[in-house]
Amino acid sequence: MNFAEIFRIAVSALLTNRLRSALTTLGIVIGVGAVIGLVSLGRGVEEFVAKEFDAIGSNSLIITSQRPSSATRTRVDPLTMKEADDLKNPLIAPHIRDVAPQFAFFALVTGESGSRNITANGVVPQMLTVRNWNLARGDFISQADLDDNARVVVLGADMVEILFGDETIDPIGATIRINERVFTVIGVMEFVEGFGGQNDTVLIPITTAQTRMVENARARDGSYRVSSIYIQVTAEEATDQAKAEISAYMDEAHSILFDGEQDYRINDQSELRDFVLTLTVLLTLFLSMIAGISLLVGGIGIMNIMLVSVTERTREIGLRKAVGARGSDILLQFLIESLLLSLIGGALGIVVGWLAALLGTALIDDITLTLSTDAILLATIVSTIVGIFFGAYPASRAARMKPIDALRFE
Amino acid sequence: MLKLFKKGKEPEILRDELGRRAVIDIRQITKMYQMGDVEVHALRGVDLQIYEGEFVSIMGPSGSGKSTLMYILGALDQPTNGAYYLDGVDVSKLDEKQLAIIRNKKIGFVFQSFNLLKRTTALRQVELPLMYGGVSGRTKKAKAALEAVGLGKRLDHLPSELSGGQQQRVAIARAIVNEPAMILADEPTGNLDSRSGTEVMQIFQTMNREKGITTVFVTHDPWIARHTNRVIMLRDGVVVADRKVATPLVAGETERPSEAEELEGVFQEVYYGGKEEEYN
Ligand SMILES: Nc1ncnc2c1ncn2[C@@H]1O[C@H](COP(=O)(O)OP(=O)(O)OP(=O)(O)O)[C@@H](O)[C@H]1O
Ligand SMILES: [Mg+2]
Repeated sequence: MNFAEIFRIAVSALLTNRLRSALTTLGIVIGVGAVIGLVSLGRGVEEFVAKEFDAIGSNSLIITSQRPSSATRTRVDPLTMKEADDLKNPLIAPHIRDVAPQFAFFALVTGESGSRNITANGVVPQMLTVRNWNLARGDFISQADLDDNARVVVLGADMVEILFGDETIDPIGATIRINERVFTVIGVMEFVEGFGGQNDTVLIPITTAQTRMVENARARDGSYRVSSIYIQVTAEEATDQAKAEISAYMDEAHSILFDGEQDYRINDQSELRDFVLTLTVLLTLFLSMIAGISLLVGGIGIMNIMLVSVTERTREIGLRKAVGARGSDILLQFLIESLLLSLIGGALGIVVGWLAALLGTALIDDITLTLSTDAILLATIVSTIVGIFFGAYPASRAARMKPIDALRFE
Repeated sequence: MLKLFKKGKEPEILRDELGRRAVIDIRQITKMYQMGDVEVHALRGVDLQIYEGEFVSIMGPSGSGKSTLMYILGALDQPTNGAYYLDGVDVSKLDEKQLAIIRNKKIGFVFQSFNLLKRTTALRQVELPLMYGGVSGRTKKAKAALEAVGLGKRLDHLPSELSGGQQQRVAIARAIVNEPAMILADEPTGNLDSRSGTEVMQIFQTMNREKGITTVFVTHDPWIARHTNRVIMLRDGVVVADRKVATPLVAGETERPSEAEELEGVFQEVYYGGKEEEYN
């Protein structure tokens, strides 16, 4: 008795009950389709998140203020322009390529046809390169603008529509008011991917922000305060060294004696990135587990139909045994049947999942759902296991039937 | 090929007065069915030897244990007690796998209800035992078997496209295709009209005469039984008569007599065991 023959018997048995086979398969199609679709969705989100972080630049660090964790110190010294300047010094921090301080303040921004409360930012020209930003039109803030405390403004990508009512308008040369002070628009940012709200902000020279927009922006030592300092590291691998250099400098500048007294923190984009990516991986896992439940239900469907089929075909089993079929022949026949059901279901499920991914890509902006080979592999392996696992019991029941009992069955 | 049939402490194979070997040799076979608390004794100690080339019919009233005996002879069921030597092999000592081989190679079983597979062509039905036996040249052998039963032109017909008699002939072709040591048939003509029944009898007779295949079959029909060489009567699970037929009829050559004539002069010795109605 060869395998090909038993295979042929199994196929013709399935073809005999086409509708039933198709319906049984449907359970697996839905299960595998859901797994594939949701895994692709998870992958898509992962890729999206990774891309967003790459846009920010993984070789960048951000220094911000924080409340010290240790009770031995409660004072928070603000970050200052002087510190930003010092960190630029290669003697102090050789692994830092560029430094860009930022001064944030709340502002009511008013344009020709709209206004909005936002967080505005005073920035330096280096901000463009440090944060990997690009201009859509016009110019960025220049050193001359800093020197003059110039009243010029670069708009975030979303601000054109907010202030002028139409995103296609060229606002260069137009004037807007920031906290009732008049500024001339000199540039518009390209849309920035990411979560930082960089698109609904306005950027003005940091000196203008420190001198004209707030009451007193000076720290105790007379240097101007800043809200955060963006650091570009010489290379991604140098991140740890750069961090150490910054810590050493900042600890001294802020008279930090013990660990835990730090009133500043250095945010590493890659840490956040890893964290968020872990979250999305967990999300993917969770989603596929839910999809896995429908696969389980599909498997139980197969088992149910196989049990019905074994009972229905009791006389056939008896006859086969009467003409010389062994238990193992019968076992194999029914196992192949259930395996075929689940494998065909799996194959169709992959197609369905793939179509769902295509649909998702078309429907969800920014996210591309990709059909990964490991998802296909997983679906194939899982449907094989489902077929064998849920087919095993009905098949062994068929195999163990005594020929005489099977033949007498009415 | 059948290395599992090595002779061990088996008894001498019996031979009859003509020197023929006993294909079937059963000793004190009993079969008891447990139905809840009730024990049904279907066979109560049957001794029987059937020799190669014999053409035997088994008769007896309904419930006398004919089918039970046939299933045991066909290795489809196991006796509760007693020994069964098939071609000298103790069947009770075989495991599942060996029983499957016995059923495949040594026995061709024909059922009253044909037991053909649905939606399967005649050719495929007949190939079935060859397939499970791992025999090569299946199509050729299956065709030959179907031709032998006169269905050479019905190879691709499904059971639903065949008459009852033709279906039973497909079943017979399936039983003989592996050239078994014997054919066992449980009321093979029971579901057939008398013309189809005669056709089927002709086939059995021809197989037996020309190829010498040992044939045992159950029938309720004394006229059918007159075509065989030996008639065994069962009653309440025991053999109550075992007689040779004086002059077996040749199927198709003699007209079926009226019912009154039917039972006369059948046996070498006149036997009358049970109540007369039971045989009508
Ligand atoms: N599976 C079973 N369980 C319980 N009792 C059974 C079973 N099979 C047969 N019997 C009983 O065993 C006895 C013999 O049955 P068997 O089928 O051998 O009779 P039979 O001679 O073939 O009858 P018929 O001429 O009606 O076919 C009967 O009393 C029957 O009820
Ligand atoms: Mg019977």
